[in-house]
Amino acid sequence: MFRIVRKETLSEKIKLIEIEAPLIARKAKAGQFVILRLHEKGERIPLTLHKWDPEKGTITLVFQEVGKTTTELGTYEAGDVLADVVGPLGKPTEIERYGKVIVVGGGVGVAIAYAVAKAMKKAGNHVTSIIGFRSKDLVMLEDDMREVSHELIVCTDDGSYGRKGFVTEALKDLLDERRYDLVFAVGPVIMMKFVSKITAEHGVKTIVSLNPIMVDGTGMCGACRVTVGGEVKFACVDGPDFDGHQVDYDELMRRLSMYVEEEKLALERYLRNREVKA
Amino acid sequence: MKVGDRVPVPEQSPEERIKNFNEVALGYTAELAMEEARRCLRCPRPFCVEGCPVHIKIPEFIKLIAEGDFVGAYKKIMEDDLLPAITGRVCPQEEQCEGKCVLTKIGKPINIGKLERFVADYVRENNLEEIPKVPEWNGKKVAIIGSGPTGLTAAGDLVRMGYKVTIFEALHELGGVLIYGIPEFRLPKAVVRYEIDKLKQMGVEFKTNVVVGKTVTIDELLEEYDAVYIGTGAGTPNLLRIPGINLNNIYSANEFLTRVNLMKAFKFPEYDTPVKKGKKAAIIGGGNVAMDAARTALRLGYEVIVLYRRTYEYMTAREEEIIHAIDEGVKFEFLVSPIEFLGDENGNVKGVKLIRNELGEPDASGRRRPVPIPGSEFVVEADLVVIAIGQKPNKILYQELPDLKVNRWGGIIVDERQRTSMRGVFAGGDAVRGEATVILAMGDGREAAKAIDEYIRTGKWPEQVCS
Repeated sequence: MFRIVRKETLSEKIKLIEIEAPLIARKAKAGQFVILRLHEKGERIPLTLHKWDPEKGTITLVFQEVGKTTTELGTYEAGDVLADVVGPLGKPTEIERYGKVIVVGGGVGVAIAYAVAKAMKKAGNHVTSIIGFRSKDLVMLEDDMREVSHELIVCTDDGSYGRKGFVTEALKDLLDERRYDLVFAVGPVIMMKFVSKITAEHGVKTIVSLNPIMVDGTGMCGACRVTVGGEVKFACVDGPDFDGHQVDYDELMRRLSMYVEEEKLALERYLRNREVKA
Repeated sequence: MKVGDRVPVPEQSPEERIKNFNEVALGYTAELAMEEARRCLRCPRPFCVEGCPVHIKIPEFIKLIAEGDFVGAYKKIMEDDLLPAITGRVCPQEEQCEGKCVLTKIGKPINIGKLERFVADYVRENNLEEIPKVPEWNGKKVAIIGSGPTGLTAAGDLVRMGYKVTIFEALHELGGVLIYGIPEFRLPKAVVRYEIDKLKQMGVEFKTNVVVGKTVTIDELLEEYDAVYIGTGAGTPNLLRIPGINLNNIYSANEFLTRVNLMKAFKFPEYDTPVKKGKKAAIIGGGNVAMDAARTALRLGYEVIVLYRRTYEYMTAREEEIIHAIDEGVKFEFLVSPIEFLGDENGNVKGVKLIRNELGEPDASGRRRPVPIPGSEFVVEADLVVIAIGQKPNKILYQELPDLKVNRWGGIIVDERQRTSMRGVFAGGDAVRGEATVILAMGDGREAAKAIDEYIRTGKWPEQVCS
């Protein structure tokens, strides 16, 4: 029984749920994920952890309504129950005392950036966070991020809030200015690709958190395989964090689009059925 | 009918069955089973029993069938095999019991597998089984990791010895490879669920969604339980190290079968998990998993070709499955090895580049090694590729467990009593053997149960299990 104890809407399509999952909460570390299934007919989807509370026995996930499963999950309210939640899966982010660290989060990825920034700060690093959104109305978790960062730069693509432009531009300015020891980035694949391009030019070690399609999440199926440094890796057990300079991002984007048609069909069918019911 | 002829087993016709996922072999009726049972010569020294990895008393149970005592026959099998409805369906009988039957000298051996299946189905369908009485709890607890055949067998034995048994399963459904791997048309899920329900009624506790090594560690289990049995199987797929392996629509057999069997992708979009539907599927491999993948693809509407590097004689799949695949229209290309996957402009696979082989000298397994013939490259078109070239044990359990000794390919090292290098920790089935059979996994489970009982009673553990 995985009961939702709290639900919040962070922006139009982005929601937060806190779930009773005591075993996972006890073991969770920054950068790890869970796989969940809504109900008997549901698919298994991976979501990286935002927060967890071992004492309360809960984990908190943030997700964006994109396909059928996330859209349906968006209708779940406090008190509702998920069929399955398993984790914590994947290797935790390597948290060390690096020195000066930049944490970059884009869109819904900011929820994961929060967990990593928090752990990095706790480990004694100086943490500068850069978070980016398309526009002001999509900005979320700003206060949380401020709490776990020494410095916070909020960017919007259209300049309606904070600094105008992409996170990559803010990142470039920071790196041009002084030396940093590590960059961690999580968000859209294209963002991670360009973050890694900039940090490579500056010779700064970079960790990215990848989000490929998964089924079991325990190394059984290989749906999540990615090419890193010319080698095939399973993101679920070898990652989800990898050396940002070694990842084949174009392949990852291509593999993420593998079921575009099926996803569209499933979502349309779901929305149609929901309308009929309502 | 001649003495050498078998009583035929009713089956769904190939034309009918490729349109559904229901079981292909319908099994004997009581009359047919008795008729087949009467063919048994009741050899004084039965070779069939020697051929059985768990030494089921085959002539005895067959005699009981011939006499119409099906419940008696079932009980006789259960003395040695706790899951006859499953082994009757998935054992490679032609290499084991049936392969040793003296009738092979004059014709076809007794259909031992189908008789075994018949009695198990008969008892289940007619609700004739008495749930075995479980003794009072002896105060000791055993944790079993993995709910596949080896774990289920060990649990069944241990609970009847008086232990409290908890099985931890990583997936959301119980049964391991019997559920995610073997398709419905070969092993109906209801059969597996029945066996699990029986164990539940005997008091075995099941916990799904627990990945030991992640959600809890073995060390934590050892604090709460008196012994741990690892039956985590061989869940990590081998992939080919050739260009194009990460093109879209190239699946490991595990992924393909998990999507269809466990997640019911064949019912998409009623069920949420999709599986690619296209025209031409190429399946790489020659074992049971390759046959399962081929016949699954066929049922999804694909035209299917199996690509195997050796010849028909070397295929490791059960004979019955190969024949079923052929009858259903699966095509085969022998003596070929993939050297590259070709993709279209969107990164979707469109073909497999192959090279032809000839058979050379025998390799370590005694099978003649395939040797590529230079200049023989050609392309087979495919918009779906399934790679079924074997699995190895999943390392997730012991990624952070240096004390557990494993061999070069990740198999857990055990002694003859299924003991690992960690005190109180036992292992068996494919996690130890790599890829073997359900019956061997069950045999390990049974041996482990005995060894666990002995260990818990005596506290004795050898100083060094494996060097």
